[in-house]
Amino acid sequence: MSSNPQLNKNGKLKHLLSIEGLPADILRQILDTAESFVGMAQREVKKVPLLRGKTVCNIFFESSTRTRTTFEIAAKRLSADVITLNVSTSSQAKGETILDTVDNLIAMHADMFVVRHSQSGAAHFIARHVEPHIHVINAGDGRHAHPTQGLLDMFTIRRYKPDMHNLRVAVVGDILHSRVARSEIHALTTLGVPEVRVIAPKTLLPEDVERLGVQVYHDMRAGLKDVDVVMMLRLQNERMSGALLPSAQEYFKCYGLTPDKLALARPDAIVMHPGPMNRGVEIDSAVADGAQSVILPQVTYGIAVRMAVMSMLAGVAA
Amino acid sequence: MQPLPDAEQLLASLVGQIRPLLDAGAALVGIHSGGAWLAQRIRELHGANIDLGMLDISFYRDDFSRIGLHPQTKPSSIPFDVEGRHIILVDDVLYTGRTIRAAMNELFDYGRPARITLAVLVDRGGRELPVEAQVVGAKLPLAAGQNLQLTRDDSGKLLLKLHEAA
Repeated sequence: MSSNPQLNKNGKLKHLLSIEGLPADILRQILDTAESFVGMAQREVKKVPLLRGKTVCNIFFESSTRTRTTFEIAAKRLSADVITLNVSTSSQAKGETILDTVDNLIAMHADMFVVRHSQSGAAHFIARHVEPHIHVINAGDGRHAHPTQGLLDMFTIRRYKPDMHNLRVAVVGDILHSRVARSEIHALTTLGVPEVRVIAPKTLLPEDVERLGVQVYHDMRAGLKDVDVVMMLRLQNERMSGALLPSAQEYFKCYGLTPDKLALARPDAIVMHPGPMNRGVEIDSAVADGAQSVILPQVTYGIAVRMAVMSMLAGVAA
Repeated sequence: MQPLPDAEQLLASLVGQIRPLLDAGAALVGIHSGGAWLAQRIRELHGANIDLGMLDISFYRDDFSRIGLHPQTKPSSIPFDVEGRHIILVDDVLYTGRTIRAAMNELFDYGRPARITLAVLVDRGGRELPVEAQVVGAKLPLAAGQNLQLTRDDSGKLLLKLHEAA
């Protein structure tokens, strides 16, 4: 059992590093627990005392606004003390190694780390290094994984389309460089979504993408036909300069989600995007702000899902 | 070993005791799961349209750091304004008092009630906190190793069950 670094010897979640390798019942437990946190925003006091006395350290070696902020709010609503470090602008610039940064925070009695890093495997590396009573959450590592984004996407889908065993989902865009796509695909297949499609040009697909259990489409119109959920990905601007893509205009023409392309999906299909959006590159404003968009609810649900993950981890012994 | 009291009869007795409070405008809040069943039944038996809420105290338990989060949490739901209300807090078995402490903490995060009355089906003794119920179906002193549980069958009928520790 315990070859998986995310689980303790009783099979309980002690770190959240990637969706890959997690059993469906743990994913469902996270989503079910998040359900209990959603309604809390309507209360007079939007806090529960679960993590009172615990210190959560958000270490962001790579910049982020949405993920960092929602992790911060989630930890505060659980009554934890929260410290957020933008390491890209401080210690690392002065030459400190990751482990030295982490050791210093442990010396300040941190109980949980939320880690974002441009290197794949950074969160695993920290999880292997820390004492057994410390928990690590991957908030995005390189091209590898962004598990809480994958989970909040599943939570959003389940809220709008409760029967996940009867869904057709399309993930559209830069699959090759996207940790979000990887986490989404693993979550969708683990939770039993029968048909997961990826839609992208050949240059933005990993070679062995079929091995993830997806159907590949290069033509967006064919790929969107009759889907229930459209999950757009951000096209990272830096990819545009290389040989992978001709131009933003050309990309938008082929792979941008416009109202007429969306009309090919089921009439009640929902549109998702992890943010930040490039309007007019991967998504048309008319769609992003349209009636089928659930992009802002995704952000709201992200808080509840991160609260669920933190509260489950915090109660688990080594 | 004395026979266990009949849960449906105790429920009828609770309804009789609570009726004047409900008539005076009190709201019902049941503690998940047994207390929530009871609160629901009390509302049905009372007949009038009474405000009803449900609390799952998982996020307020005092043993979280020892045993972790309960694997099955249910959303709490209080669909009315708690501020200034008389709340009848309903639970199945009153034992250490820790659940009630947690429930009162959670309730106060919704607002400041004017008054809280505690109604329980069975008071089994063994208090570890200064908590007492004002409305009690039956007093049934039990030993520490015994576990008294309220169950509900498919038809909705309530039944008390006693488990002895192995």
